[in-house]
Amino acid sequence: MQHKLMTAAAVVAELRPGMTIGIGGWGSRRKPMSLVRAICRSDLADLTVVSYGGPDVGLLLAAAKVRKLVYGFVSLDSIPLEPHFRSARQAGTVEVAEYDEGMLQWGLYAASCRLPFLPTRAGLGSDVPRLNPALRTVRSPYEDGEELLAMPAVHLDVALVHANRADGFGNAQFLGPDPYFDDLFCTAADRAYLSCEKVVHTSDLTAAAPVQMLRIQRWMVTGVVEAPRGAHFTSCEPDYGRDEAFQREYASAATDPAAWAGFRAEYLDQEEAGYQAAIAARQAGPGCTP
Amino acid sequence: MHAVTIPATRAEVCVVACAEAWRGDGEILASPIGLIPAIGARLARATFEPSLLLTDGEALLGQGTWAIDAKPDVVEGWLPYRAIFDLIYNGKRHVMMSPSQIDVYGNVNISAIGDFGRPKAALLGVRGAPGNTVNHPVSYWVPRHTPRAFVAQVDTVCGIGYDRAAAAGESAARYHELRRVVSNLGVLDFAGQNRKMRLASVHPGVCVDQVRSATGFDLEVPSDVPVTRAPTAAELELIRSVIDPAGRREAEVGAAGGS
Repeated sequence: MQHKLMTAAAVVAELRPGMTIGIGGWGSRRKPMSLVRAICRSDLADLTVVSYGGPDVGLLLAAAKVRKLVYGFVSLDSIPLEPHFRSARQAGTVEVAEYDEGMLQWGLYAASCRLPFLPTRAGLGSDVPRLNPALRTVRSPYEDGEELLAMPAVHLDVALVHANRADGFGNAQFLGPDPYFDDLFCTAADRAYLSCEKVVHTSDLTAAAPVQMLRIQRWMVTGVVEAPRGAHFTSCEPDYGRDEAFQREYASAATDPAAWAGFRAEYLDQEEAGYQAAIAARQAGPGCTP
Repeated sequence: MHAVTIPATRAEVCVVACAEAWRGDGEILASPIGLIPAIGARLARATFEPSLLLTDGEALLGQGTWAIDAKPDVVEGWLPYRAIFDLIYNGKRHVMMSPSQIDVYGNVNISAIGDFGRPKAALLGVRGAPGNTVNHPVSYWVPRHTPRAFVAQVDTVCGIGYDRAAAAGESAARYHELRRVVSNLGVLDFAGQNRKMRLASVHPGVCVDQVRSATGFDLEVPSDVPVTRAPTAAELELIRSVIDPAGRREAEVGAAGGS
């Protein structure tokens, strides 16, 4: 059986400008942030990004990687409004497809099932069809004759997700309270790249937690990247919670161009190891000089 | 033996008014968004609506009555987001959301203020509001009752009101039901003409004209407007000692209402 271990740089090398990239997690929770940071350092552009959005969307917008955003919301959870998302929307610099959260799930599920659409009540009567004029309704062929919204498949070129544990083949486990929709992102995509806190032997996966938490199976996954603290500063329960202090620093810097340039220089304009070292130094606080 | 109960604050009146939204709901998921609705939902279950289901705010269903920011002692189920979506489609849920704008028919906006293409203020996105409002009962909590919140027309329709539901047809309307709107000034329902919003009660110390002038549309006001019921001593004890001992509720209610 083939090992799929690779580096974040190798994942980015597989991506092309203009691709549609789905990002797992939810808001500011278990986002594949190390892969997102790697994309921000690359010369990729014109991406369509599909996400239950958090700082993944914010960072990619700030790095001018996004042509179009497909989402149900963008939020930092403990800070309700994402500042980069706000400024991009208010400047009108990003094309958007805003859907009901459940419609987005349906779109990913339809793509996963290789169906053109799935019917739903969600969105009927709201402004979602007005703002997404390509949306169509479909009439039930049965006696009820109901007219429902036909949510089109949201097909992804690539999915990026972050898990707590994985083996080298792409079997992956969530250990926190919610799998979110990571498996759907993977199956809606031609190729899925999974980062994880730790790569372990396959037998260790079920030794540590019930088999039901192995939500992602190797047939869904193209490549595996070991990325300790790779979801930072979003939460990755139970390995670590959200770094609220750092998220506040991020959100505060994001509202001011000069502050953002400083934030970028300090944390983002370097390889992942440098980012993690800067975070560790920040958490240790100012050193004691003898 | 019995200490004299300190009179209820405006925030505590609002908590009880929110709790009342779930009265009679039985064995469904109460989904409060925001602090006052969260205290209210726990209060409702601890008192008059014991069969309600409640989450810990993440993915666990909990039994008992636990404090804001604490975790339930007894876990009775697992409810990750995808299971919540299933539950929404099944209809066994009553959510209380907090809109930025709401109009006379109960259309609400949580997405964008101004033109959607280039908003003056980008908010969260439509989130689950479109699906919620066509699948199960929905109520709203508005902590600051102002003409900027209660508007003639919302800029982006996220959750749909009675006029939109009727116009969109039977599939949109069959499970659509808006129960009540609780603000820092009073309680409103949709028992007005053509299912328009109507003033159902004013909180103690608030007069009808105050609500009228804080509302950006012509509000239907019955000839006799009752006062929102005061919390009982037992309810105040639960709110103050068990559910919100730190008193966080006071900061969430608009100062304009006073108390």
